[in-house]
Amino acid sequence: MVVVRIPSLLAVQAGGQGTFEVEAETVGGALRQLPVSDLLIDEHGELRRLVNVYVDGEDTRGLEGLETPLAGVSELRVIAAVAGG
Amino acid sequence: MEGRTRIREITASETPDRLASDDALLLDVRADSEWRVAHIPGALHVPMSELETRLPELLPDRTRQIITYCAVGSRSLHVLPAIEELGYESPVSMAGGIVAWQALGFPIESESGLSEEKRERYSRHLLIPEVGERGQVRLFETSILLIGAGGLGSPAALYLTAAGIGRLGIVDDDLVDASNLQRQVLHSTAAVGERKAQSARRELEALNPDVDVITYEERLTSENVDRILGDGWDLVVDGADNFPTRYLLNDASVWHSIPVVHGSIFRFEGQVTVFKPPEGPCYRCLFPQPPPPELAPSCAEGGVLGVLPGVIGSLQANEALKLALGIGEPAIGRLLLFDALAARLDEVQVRRDPDCPVCGERPTITDYIDYAEFCAT
Repeated sequence: MVVVRIPSLLAVQAGGQGTFEVEAETVGGALRQLPVSDLLIDEHGELRRLVNVYVDGEDTRGLEGLETPLAGVSELRVIAAVAGG
Repeated sequence: MEGRTRIREITASETPDRLASDDALLLDVRADSEWRVAHIPGALHVPMSELETRLPELLPDRTRQIITYCAVGSRSLHVLPAIEELGYESPVSMAGGIVAWQALGFPIESESGLSEEKRERYSRHLLIPEVGERGQVRLFETSILLIGAGGLGSPAALYLTAAGIGRLGIVDDDLVDASNLQRQVLHSTAAVGERKAQSARRELEALNPDVDVITYEERLTSENVDRILGDGWDLVVDGADNFPTRYLLNDASVWHSIPVVHGSIFRFEGQVTVFKPPEGPCYRCLFPQPPPPELAPSCAEGGVLGVLPGVIGSLQANEALKLALGIGEPAIGRLLLFDALAARLDEVQVRRDPDCPVCGERPTITDYIDYAEFCAT
């Protein structure tokens, strides 16, 4: 079981829910279970450039991307840029 | 001279009047190290062992009334005959020295230029070993540019001004709107309709007249960014309210080699980090692409909890002060994530992207682009 946190601008698209608990082997497997998965993963199955995904604080782009295994990971965090000031 | 009754000492309390009414001059005869710690403003300094060689050169006018002082008044009395020998008329000594002077609450200053007024004002900084007098002087010599005098810019500007930053630049072309007052604490109700830059300058100058507030009543654009960033800023605090300005600022700051303290907010969530390539990543390394406009409403469209920019803008001021002082661990390569609802402050690692189009090894963007178009797609 891994906790997935998504930013509020995506939570708005998920009916206001910002935290999910999912069972998955990989980062991609976890993200595909989210109601906002199409906003995270494009039609080619790649992570969209507008979001960053971190496993326990480490950017998955520097690991194995969507194939990064979740064994031993407690938190998956999705982050997107916000502009407000 | 012998047998004449001479006034050889005056009190510290009568010294200011003597200085004001006579053609009198204070002469500090203590050692260099004592002078550096504290001395009386306007005094001439010649250590007692150097009087004979240096005083005639520094003070050719032998008719000036010399009032000598030292720490407590003994050395300054002792040197009077030697000064007379040099041809000066009727020198006197200030009894009790600088100790008596200070006890009366009269001003002193140190080599660094910290007047007693400044020592009082910044005393809580001076008490911290990591800041101290040297750090405070560094702050006086630091120039920080704020992009935006809104939600984030308000607390950042207030704290940086209170801290005694030397020059504070403010770029904002907006007018104060009634809907800003819920969070933009730099502006008062009476300022509604006024330019934010003007309202900010008035409030900041009232808070701390030491700070040189420089306003740019214009929106940051590709046309003016080189001129504005070229005005000698050590740091930029990004409190912009839109993506095009943030990407423009990123590119310009990379090319001008100016670190950016980034802050951004949405509803209950805020982000803070420091972009300082090549030591750490830039904004494009972190976010190569902004979310599409339909996913990323501004505060005007999506709302924001009033206190959130207070938290995030204050964290930005904290990072700016640390960078200016060269202390602590600045949030370079670390993105701090604050969640007001959960009361959580998390962080994630942000690495430099060697393929970054702006700060990477083979940059593909080397001049300003159409940022509105870039952020609209």
